[in-house]
Amino acid sequence: MVKVCQSTIIDAPVDEVWAILRDFNGHDRWHPAIAFSEIEGGDPVDAVGSVRHFRLNDGGELREQLLALSDKDRRLSYCLLEAPLPLMGYVASLRLKPVTDVDATFWEWRSEFSPPAHRRDELVKLVTEGIYRAGFTAVRNLLRRRNAGLLARAEASRAVAAPVLRADVPQALPVRSQNPSATTRAIVVERYGGPEELRLRDIALPPPAPDEVRIRHTVIGVNFIDVYCRSGFFDLLRPPGVPGMEAAGVIEAAGSAVSGFSAGDRVAYACPPVGAYSERRNMAPDLLVRLSDDISDEIAAAGLLKGVSASFLLHDVHAVKPGDIVLIHAAAGGIGQLLVQWARHLGATVIATVSSDDKARVVERLGAHHVIVYSSENFADAVMRLTGGRGVDVAYDAVGNDTFAGSLASLAVRGHLVSFGQASGPVGDWDIGRFASKSLTISRPNYAHYTDTPEKLSPHVARFFQALREGVIKAEAPTRYDLANAADAHRDLEARRTTGALVLVPGS
Amino acid sequence: MTKVYVSSVIPAPAAEVWKLIRNFNGLPGWAPFVAESRIEQNAQADQIGCIRNFTLKDGGRIRERLLALSDYDLSCSYAILESPMAVENYIATLSLTPVTDGNLTLAEWQAEFDCAPDREAALMQQIGSGVFQTALTALKQRFGR
Repeated sequence: MVKVCQSTIIDAPVDEVWAILRDFNGHDRWHPAIAFSEIEGGDPVDAVGSVRHFRLNDGGELREQLLALSDKDRRLSYCLLEAPLPLMGYVASLRLKPVTDVDATFWEWRSEFSPPAHRRDELVKLVTEGIYRAGFTAVRNLLRRRNAGLLARAEASRAVAAPVLRADVPQALPVRSQNPSATTRAIVVERYGGPEELRLRDIALPPPAPDEVRIRHTVIGVNFIDVYCRSGFFDLLRPPGVPGMEAAGVIEAAGSAVSGFSAGDRVAYACPPVGAYSERRNMAPDLLVRLSDDISDEIAAAGLLKGVSASFLLHDVHAVKPGDIVLIHAAAGGIGQLLVQWARHLGATVIATVSSDDKARVVERLGAHHVIVYSSENFADAVMRLTGGRGVDVAYDAVGNDTFAGSLASLAVRGHLVSFGQASGPVGDWDIGRFASKSLTISRPNYAHYTDTPEKLSPHVARFFQALREGVIKAEAPTRYDLANAADAHRDLEARRTTGALVLVPGS
Repeated sequence: MTKVYVSSVIPAPAAEVWKLIRNFNGLPGWAPFVAESRIEQNAQADQIGCIRNFTLKDGGRIRERLLALSDYDLSCSYAILESPMAVENYIATLSLTPVTDGNLTLAEWQAEFDCAPDREAALMQQIGSGVFQTALTALKQRFGR
């Protein structure tokens, strides 16, 4: 058994260093030896027991398991499960301590393992230098780059925030004040976590690239996918980053290579990359949707992602026909309300589930044929009672863990479960052999795969706007939050305190 | 229970700093506010349970009992028996950790104690800055290069 211990002082506050190191899947963003890393089975990065599977730049693949993680002691321990090298019994831990007098960080990285005797020195050197010391240097460089960026941003925001200074130092500021849009207010996620990680900041906003447009947002949509981006369940957002994938606004400027859009156009979008929780942003115009006069910014921002989703869920993932029996969970939610109205219009019998009597009344008004309050009765039993033991043709389930088993039980023979979200948690592992008992089909559609080109997207947009115009679906006025209070919107959404859509409005 | 935590990087190898810290009777040699010190009952300074009885340069007298001393962990814990500060159940630990990068030392000094609520802020300031940080800063200067 050999022990290796390396330690260093990093010139940054301990919480800043910990935010980088506690992300068990984040090492491919800073360690020079690592090309790619992912957590197996979609476990959260901070779930003790989760396994990271990563590839080195030289092609070697390793698996390591998180054994312990403590935000109290700022300590993380892990062991090697598989490696191309004989680091037998390798267990490592890293811990941080604050250096209080200069606001710096002490970082210790230690391990023990049992190498074969003839490779002992070589492997100790590899761990000491190739992993630990190289890691120290890499994190130091990452912080240096990041702080350089922050300084530039702070300077730029100062120039915007203090125009009064222009009179005092006329010769110093013209260069900066030439471009008054050099920063924008945005909600920034510095690290994955709860709603409290949504903080308002000034961030840099460069001029749009030749193939980009700049949009001034008027209304921003809030979706459950934003919660997954904030918490790190989806890595569409890499901290520090701005969440949000849906908004409406006005084009302020277009890059030289952009055709088809120009300043003043009213547009909306519902697509990656993230970045909608901001006053202004630049983005490629490929998936922008032009808004006609009869579609308000608020309806577009609140409804485009949900409307397009409802369109492909009801037409592409499963083509709902007259006479079908459809089960819709979370029917009072943003997308649930659209599914209920639209499925009824398509001629289906709609059975909706909701969590409370208040929400039941909302869904009844939308035209659901039957409403089940699943907190007071077993919905699968209720579905079988309502359908005379037949079950439903298709179940739309974005609730996940709490409803998945019941949704399966509610299906008719040759029924189709469309699992398009997991608001209550992952659905877990299922033996698909059992689905043969009713010849079931399960779909797990991904928004991008139905909408990531203009050709795929535009029929759904057209169908959604047409359904709005014809009154097939009525979009209730969304609940509005100031952009600065995005955290409140997420809290309300996650606490299921809301009905209908939520939007953020940039302050004046 | 009130907690105070202070830490500094000392520009010297941990073994060298420990030689100084390990002497429970050695405060006058490095802590700038201590005038003189003796170990009661003619005990050895590394005998667990021994009591150091020292005077501050401002005239105050403090008695502290050695609770733990580890040449393996490079740490030393002690409790206050008598002092001019109105604290109870005061236990402090001074510990060193090697920093392999540059062969330096992380020195951590922490204390836990009970006191009257209206005195808490002043005592945290007095102990954290006035005592611990002042002494660690003196150590940094002593080994400064």
